[in-house]
Amino acid sequence: MTKKEKSTIGRSLVYLILIIWSMTTVYPIIWVVQNSFKAKDKILADSFSLPFGELFTFANYRKAFGNLNILGAYKNSIFISAMVALFVILFAGMGAYALSRYRFFGSQALHSLIIAGMMFPVFATIIPVFSMEFAWGIASTNSWFLTMLSVILPQVAGNLSFAMVVLIGYIKGLPIELEEAAYMEGCNAFQIYFKVVLPLTKPSFATVAIFSFLWSYNDLFTQMFFMRRPDMYGITMLLNQLTAKEGTNYGLMASAVTLVIVPVIIVYCFLQKYIIKGMTAGAVKG
Amino acid sequence: MGANIYRNKKPVLVFLAPALLFMAVYLYYPFLKNILNSFMDIKQLGRPGTSFNSPWYANYAEMFRDPNVWIAIKNTLLMMVVTLIGQVGIAMVLALMVDNIGRGKQFFKTVFFFPIVISATALGLLFNLIFLYDKGMINQILEAFGKSQLTDWKAEGIALFTMMLPVMWQYVGFYFVILVTGLNNISDELYEAAKIDGASTWQKVRYISIPLLHNVICTCSVLAVTGALKVFDLPWTMFPKGMPLKTTFLTGTYMYYHTMETKNVDYGSALAVLIVVLGIILSKVVNSIFREKDY
Repeated sequence: MTKKEKSTIGRSLVYLILIIWSMTTVYPIIWVVQNSFKAKDKILADSFSLPFGELFTFANYRKAFGNLNILGAYKNSIFISAMVALFVILFAGMGAYALSRYRFFGSQALHSLIIAGMMFPVFATIIPVFSMEFAWGIASTNSWFLTMLSVILPQVAGNLSFAMVVLIGYIKGLPIELEEAAYMEGCNAFQIYFKVVLPLTKPSFATVAIFSFLWSYNDLFTQMFFMRRPDMYGITMLLNQLTAKEGTNYGLMASAVTLVIVPVIIVYCFLQKYIIKGMTAGAVKG
Repeated sequence: MGANIYRNKKPVLVFLAPALLFMAVYLYYPFLKNILNSFMDIKQLGRPGTSFNSPWYANYAEMFRDPNVWIAIKNTLLMMVVTLIGQVGIAMVLALMVDNIGRGKQFFKTVFFFPIVISATALGLLFNLIFLYDKGMINQILEAFGKSQLTDWKAEGIALFTMMLPVMWQYVGFYFVILVTGLNNISDELYEAAKIDGASTWQKVRYISIPLLHNVICTCSVLAVTGALKVFDLPWTMFPKGMPLKTTFLTGTYMYYHTMETKNVDYGSALAVLIVVLGIILSKVVNSIFREKDY
């Protein structure tokens, strides 16, 4: 065997392994989507066939939209996640700016405190947070707005330290000369922040916003503590309750999973570059 | 000159106040309060503790006697081994492969990463269907290969495997992307020099890629270990309440179980403290094993 033949075989083997791993991530999704279009008693007979002809039905989707408040759950989840992302970039941006540009007594200690904030697992704070919100009358109420707020507030706090670490890293790398120029023109600190620093930090804000949004959108734990009424469920809570109540209606499960996964995949296809960057930013100290 | 703008410190307070207030109220205070709670007697979620337990360390003494705590710790440690070897290991292999191919890098990056975007709850439901006893996807594939007996993937003994496989699978892409980024940062000149010296692909990987990735691998390992402590959504969706027979508890799901299901809220707080302590110890251990080096 010549060297060239050997490397061709090696290369094909590498591609084969990579394609096999791709199949493990892609095929389960295709499988669940195709089965969501089959009648619930036909799913298991032959789950690998495509839903054409007699097999094809919309029954699961009719049931999903009829029995489950999927659109409502979407609305709740998107509202919560958008608010979380908004408040995180607003507060973390200002805080990160102050910590990267000002030197003051205790600024080092504060910086360590924020890094430490990243290490607090949600398990260690959730019970007192619940008591606190309950005492304030935010948690366990019948008001839609307060229920949403009770989920938003802890999630904002949970994302702030990470967001600040990422933003501090970015702002420190910006050239200070621009801020000096603005200062010479007579801008005060707030004008410098909003007119000079904020626009320059946009890419990093996008990263942080995407991370916070997705994290909040996918989080089940907080929702399980604060969402009591079915009409106020978010997407993950809805799915979790679905397993408990309709765990054997496989058609409904398949259609619910499809309805939750497919929009996310579509968004991912368009924004993948930013999403991948956003989700890994904390690790690569971006 | 630079210091001049920022000599007036008054704006600092305005800039920092919202973030710090938030973190103080929702992070630092509850964190300390939770430690206190673990010594108190709390009957219901949302109610403050009325009195101290007698003895005050009762919950911690209980932990040593509670067999489920040991099960949860054992499972969580196993989860860490799985995330370390499974996630970081597979990710490393895939990253090295992708780094050595010409075409399709972006495609594989996109495809490998996407399970992370999907909520673990939805994946839990999906894997419930895949591992279904009566003709789930896996059992049908096995049947096609001539296996006549169906496997109950949720039975005792195999349940842990069924739970950990999806958790592992979901995050491989995450470490893959971090490692590929690390590999991209290695200068091409090193590889060219090695090529001139007649190094094989394997030698290039062994003597250039892996040593230069040391710090990235270290970061990944710390993330994998601390990540294993945070796993909750997927196990709770697939195996609520430690099913079957309380054998699949992880520290996180066991903490939730006591807080919400048995209403033993102060014990839940103590378990949360245990999670924090485990996290600190284990990340120290990992850090000392993979001590960061400067090359």
